[in-house]
Amino acid sequence: MRAQTASIDKMLVPIEGEKNLLELCRKAGIELPTFCYHSEISVYGACRMCMVELEGRGIVPACSTKPEAGMVVRTNTGEIRSMRKMIIELMLANHAQSCFTCKKSGDCRLQSIAKQLGVDTIRFKKTNRDEPLDLSSKAIVRDPGKCILCGDCVRVCSEIQSVGALDFAYRGAKAQVGPCYSKGIGEIECVGCGQCVKVCPVGALTPKYQVAEVWNAIHDSSKKVVVQVAPAVRVALGEYFGKEPGSLSMGRIITALRRMGFDRVYDTCFGADFTVIEEGKEFLKRRESGKNLPLFTSCCPAWVKFAEQYFPDFLGNLSSCRSPQQMFASLCKEQLPAELGITREELVVVSVMPCTAKKFEASREEFQKNGIPDVDYVVTTQELALMIKESGIDFNKLELGSFDMPFGFSTGASVIFGSSGGVSEAVLRFAAETLEKGSSQEFRQLRGLNGIKTAEITIGKETLSMVAVSGLANARKVIDQIRSGEASYDLVEVMACSGGCVNGGGQPVCADSLDKRAKGLYDSDKMLQFHVSSENPYLQQIYAERLDDHKSHELLHTKYKNRKRIDQEELILAESSGERVLTLEICFGTSCFVRGAQQLYQDLMEYIRSSGLEDKTQFKASFCGQQCKKGPVLSVNGKSIEKCTRELAISEIEKALNLV
Amino acid sequence: MSNAFGAKFDKVCEILDRYEKRPTNLIPILQEIQEEYSYLPEDVMTYVATAIGTSPGSVFGVATFYSHFTLTPKGKHVIRVCDGTACHVRKSAEIIKTLEAELNLNAEKKTSSDLMFTLETVACLGACGLAPVVVADDEVHGAMTKEKTIELIKSIREGEVAHA
Ligand code: SF4
Ligand code: SF4
Ligand code: FES
Repeated sequence: MRAQTASIDKMLVPIEGEKNLLELCRKAGIELPTFCYHSEISVYGACRMCMVELEGRGIVPACSTKPEAGMVVRTNTGEIRSMRKMIIELMLANHAQSCFTCKKSGDCRLQSIAKQLGVDTIRFKKTNRDEPLDLSSKAIVRDPGKCILCGDCVRVCSEIQSVGALDFAYRGAKAQVGPCYSKGIGEIECVGCGQCVKVCPVGALTPKYQVAEVWNAIHDSSKKVVVQVAPAVRVALGEYFGKEPGSLSMGRIITALRRMGFDRVYDTCFGADFTVIEEGKEFLKRRESGKNLPLFTSCCPAWVKFAEQYFPDFLGNLSSCRSPQQMFASLCKEQLPAELGITREELVVVSVMPCTAKKFEASREEFQKNGIPDVDYVVTTQELALMIKESGIDFNKLELGSFDMPFGFSTGASVIFGSSGGVSEAVLRFAAETLEKGSSQEFRQLRGLNGIKTAEITIGKETLSMVAVSGLANARKVIDQIRSGEASYDLVEVMACSGGCVNGGGQPVCADSLDKRAKGLYDSDKMLQFHVSSENPYLQQIYAERLDDHKSHELLHTKYKNRKRIDQEELILAESSGERVLTLEICFGTSCFVRGAQQLYQDLMEYIRSSGLEDKTQFKASFCGQQCKKGPVLSVNGKSIEKCTRELAISEIEKALNLV
Repeated sequence: MSNAFGAKFDKVCEILDRYEKRPTNLIPILQEIQEEYSYLPEDVMTYVATAIGTSPGSVFGVATFYSHFTLTPKGKHVIRVCDGTACHVRKSAEIIKTLEAELNLNAEKKTSSDLMFTLETVACLGACGLAPVVVADDEVHGAMTKEKTIELIKSIREGEVAHA
């Protein structure tokens, strides 16, 4: 059969399953400008930058037009050219004119397309109001004055993450993209994953930088500043300096960090080796007891917040292990002050992370001691690149350095944490080694870029059922399957970012570098001396010398809490007109809702009315209090009743009112 | 509360049940809830989002898209100032400014924090002979001045105190 072709700018281009004309044009080597097209989310077709002329049909958006054989397409007519220019001018008219101080400058699509199209004047007047910066989140900064309303963040957040923290609001000249009720992004259900930051073509969503704080600490002679570097950073930072995605630049990063003035340069992987051991032990224990299975991993702070908000009934299944960043930091702050002859206050721990949510994690109160956080500052891969450039360091000319010991020694098992499936594989290696000494197996079943990867793995007599999930919408899907009994697993690994930390919200943006970055990590694993975390000699030493059960619990484990999705007052459902003697509070959070909170409310209202208690009662609702696992939850004059039924409630109310 | 005990929220439950908590019914759901509350309270919108299984942001998006929906409650007393041509030339703008200052309002904030007053400007009330005109709870006050406006607010406030 002859290949089907379309004509694009007079070239015959074979159609080979491209989903739309945009992809076909790209294959033909024509880069159409786009703002709202991303292959991994749905097509929106709003920005109208990708317009092409289709013979017989006029001007159409290429991103939402299916290629058909025989189409005749022109991408560069005079009409299209002036239309594109006009769109850019319209956007620029309302866009904050602060490119010089914008974090996105140099990497901004509006800037580059304006330049590419030769836009040199703006014929239109500004029509929108200036909006203040939104600094409410630890992870992300929103600058509404720069938003071009492409909707990319809206779709990523709802389609990939199933969070829906950002959405369109208002319309016409007042249209906005932002959180509900015009709240700050730190006051709502945003989990800080930064996937919206990655797709935002302009500087409207950026990581919250801590570069200045880190320089201040380095320049403060009364402080010792140590730094840890997460695995995914080393296979991505090079991209900012012209290196291929996935090429390993750990050695140069270490030298750069030393030159910048850090006193010790350590590896987050050292913390990850502890995570493997602690989580591995926890996993084997739960397997034995059969309790709290499946075990969910807890390394990803965006996932942890997601679980706290939406699946509080599964919090008991989350591993109590701190993430590698936090294990590393609590060990550092415990051990280093004595070694360096300084006080705890004089030690500053900085993390370099691929992730924006790690900034939020570092600020959690669970990870502070006497008000001082274990991790003082978190900078993303992006920020580290800036710091290196600011220092005037020619990155590619650097000699290769090596980590300081002991916190710089790691095994291959911890390096692969940066890729989805890596944590499970590392835990499996440890479990296999524990169950069958010397088995030294690699488990490749959970590698690859799929959002949901399952495997049945047999070790000795045991068969383990595993799933590695990335993308929170996928996590939601898997949990729903577990809940309905459709699927059952022993271990569920969840990473919020598709493909794992290599695709974190603080990483360089590059369309198809994920598999290369992941490969870089697996190659790095091969080059290291040990491949099972328990083989790490420094770790063995710390366990032997410092960590009894009590201490490891204190330093390496944590607790979770149910979280309201939105900072909001409670809702008064019904208010007494007379003197109030009865206060009922019902939880209307998701979990309780599912368990019939509304029915309970209606039943109780009927009871209150029939017993003539209206003028004595206040009935209010909260959006998730606590104890969702035991919903619906009702509190009667402050006393809370779990798994509350009409009968339980009424008997408690009667007790409270001395009616019995 | 003027409303009978819990009646409003009962109605919310009833509306949600009647529309089977379907996301596709969001607009009629919000419409009916607004009829109950006279506006769309944030926490009720969050409740609706939870009930129909969507994010509060998407409910907020719909609620702000249609100018028919209002997200701020109306005050107990609605003060309407005519800003039609006749009133405008007779300095209605000054009266609006006076009211904004007196009630601590601005172009964005139309209802006083104590939910006592809502200030609206209207195009023409057809009472041009009385310009400038202020209508307080359907009572027409003509030939208004700054001083008379302040007097008017004072008398409404005093009426409230007397009632309480
Ligand atoms: S950081 Fe993640 S959760 Fe928050 S708005 Fe962006 S995509 Fe949504
Ligand atoms: S914040 Fe960025 S990604 Fe979101 S709509 Fe605005 S410009 Fe697009
Ligand atoms: S990329 Fe096609 S309309 Fe935006």
